[in-house]
Amino acid sequence: MLLVADLTKSFVTPEGGRAEIVRVGRFKLAAGEQRALRGESGSGKTTFLNLIAGILAADGGRVELDGTDMAALPEAKRDRLRADKIGYIFQTFNLLQGYTVLENVLLGMSFGPRGVDRARAVELLRRVGLEHRLGHFPRQLSTGQQQRVAVARALANRPKLVLADEPTGNLDRTSAREALALIREVCRENGAALLLVSHDDGVLAQFEGMQDFAVINEARAVRVGVTPPTTTEAAK
Amino acid sequence: MTLPLIVYRSLRQHALSTLITAGSIALACGLLMTVWVVKTQAQAAFVSTSTAFDAVLGARGSKLQLVLNGIFHLEASPGNLAASDYELIRKHPAVKTAIPIAVGDNLRGYRIVGTVPQLLTNVEYAPGKKYAVAPGGKVFGEAAREAVVGSFAAERLGLKVGSSFQPFHGLTFDEKALHEEVFTVTGILTPTNTPADKVIWVPIKGVQTMSGHDPKAATDVSAVLIQLRAASAGVMLDLMINKQGNRMTFAYPVGAIMADFFGKISWFDRVLALVAYLVALVAAGSVLASIYNSMSARQRDLAILRALGARRRTIFGAVVAEAACIGALGAAVGFAIYFGLLTLVAGVIRAQTGVVLDVTEGHAVLWMCPLAMTALCALGGAVPAVKAYRTPVAETLAPVS
Repeated sequence: MLLVADLTKSFVTPEGGRAEIVRVGRFKLAAGEQRALRGESGSGKTTFLNLIAGILAADGGRVELDGTDMAALPEAKRDRLRADKIGYIFQTFNLLQGYTVLENVLLGMSFGPRGVDRARAVELLRRVGLEHRLGHFPRQLSTGQQQRVAVARALANRPKLVLADEPTGNLDRTSAREALALIREVCRENGAALLLVSHDDGVLAQFEGMQDFAVINEARAVRVGVTPPTTTEAAK
Repeated sequence: MTLPLIVYRSLRQHALSTLITAGSIALACGLLMTVWVVKTQAQAAFVSTSTAFDAVLGARGSKLQLVLNGIFHLEASPGNLAASDYELIRKHPAVKTAIPIAVGDNLRGYRIVGTVPQLLTNVEYAPGKKYAVAPGGKVFGEAAREAVVGSFAAERLGLKVGSSFQPFHGLTFDEKALHEEVFTVTGILTPTNTPADKVIWVPIKGVQTMSGHDPKAATDVSAVLIQLRAASAGVMLDLMINKQGNRMTFAYPVGAIMADFFGKISWFDRVLALVAYLVALVAAGSVLASIYNSMSARQRDLAILRALGARRRTIFGAVVAEAACIGALGAAVGFAIYFGLLTLVAGVIRAQTGVVLDVTEGHAVLWMCPLAMTALCALGGAVPAVKAYRTPVAETLAPVS
């Protein structure tokens, strides 16, 4: 379902040179598979997810999603593929604050090829226990509830792949466990593969297929301890 | 659903700046539409008012002054004509109708015009329209101290059939200059939407023989309103009176004189229009500045939308659509300002000249201006839209771990 091959991404250092932050020779994820990657802050795992999602353009290599090389696509097609096949749960949830809970989920659908399906959005929110909060704005919700909205939104467009970047980073231990269980369960119900990155051992311990990102990532800059890039630099 | 929702939410999130910007656009739109409509309607109204007579004959002086005095009841008369001059023109074979008028008095600022009853009974003030006295009234007698009051003047002065009044000397109201004669109102004119509505019509002898007026001029007239049998006669009379003579002025053709007048004051329209254009430009600029300045606050939302799969062109379109919506909202409110201003201006013009503007009449500018304003705002929105278009998603969303 997902095949990453010879994927590289470098950034411009403050001195004007370039430092490589991602160099992944080969990484595979089967349909419906759930995999966790462990990595410390600055190890390049968010950049790795952004490259898979097509939010960042790779310097080289392939990101094949259902046989389509995302890295070779022009930006507009990457956007379309992301809307169609990928759900992204951000560490900070990245909910749209000016939109209601329901609108946040509807927007998760609206850029995909299937368009808006209000009934499905409501059903997803019911599934995550927020059917009574449809008209609320994110600021009116607890952190755990916001996290659940982010889960519902990520699954709204029936993605083949769900990317989760430290999805429980802002939650307490109990909420984190519940949230993780919910993400895994909903992904399973929807037949979506899950790739989760975290540095939390408590989270990682729940995955059988946990991998250390440092093993996958052969980037020299990360290995020699180069200061992690700012996001601006990483985007260059 | 997506684009309208994004635009709606963004407008709601920035409601204050949206309202302020839309307000400035409304002002620009309202001003532009008012300037255009007032200019067009006023010109049309003045020109149509001047269709009743082909020419005005008066003492030597300015043709425009004669027309304004004789037909629009503005300005002072440049002087008097002797009764023999009036008789001469009245009996001229090329003249179909000659109506003498005498001015020089007022009633609390409303002009008293002495004339012959035929003006109110025989003359069409517009094609197919004759003056009419409202039921219960009648036209004044030729030798009596009677008056027929224009509808606007009657309303303002509170005059009714049977009311009596004493005129004041001069064209401007001076309470010390009261004449001793008492006139009785015999009729109120039905509204004509012409300057006749703000005039008090009395027999010409009533003005000519008013106490305090020069007895030597008791048969003089201020001007003669003329209808010709043929247009070619006007050229001939113009040559005879203006070129070969030196005592009188033959103001002909009235329509051309008024058009020339509007041409001379067109700089005023242009200044008003220029001010309105500048306001429109500033308003469009404020849309640009308002959205552009809020881009920093919006960038995270835009990046989230992009991460959800929104294409760059969708984001660009949303910002341009938002700017266009602000423009359209402003244009809609602009109609309220337009109607308010037009009603105000129409009231002033009516009070000053008697000419009535139709505030409900359509004009191309009423759809062109809102459309142009909306397009201008959309254009202004293109600048922040480019910034939105370039929003770096990964950089904006989260720190690299």
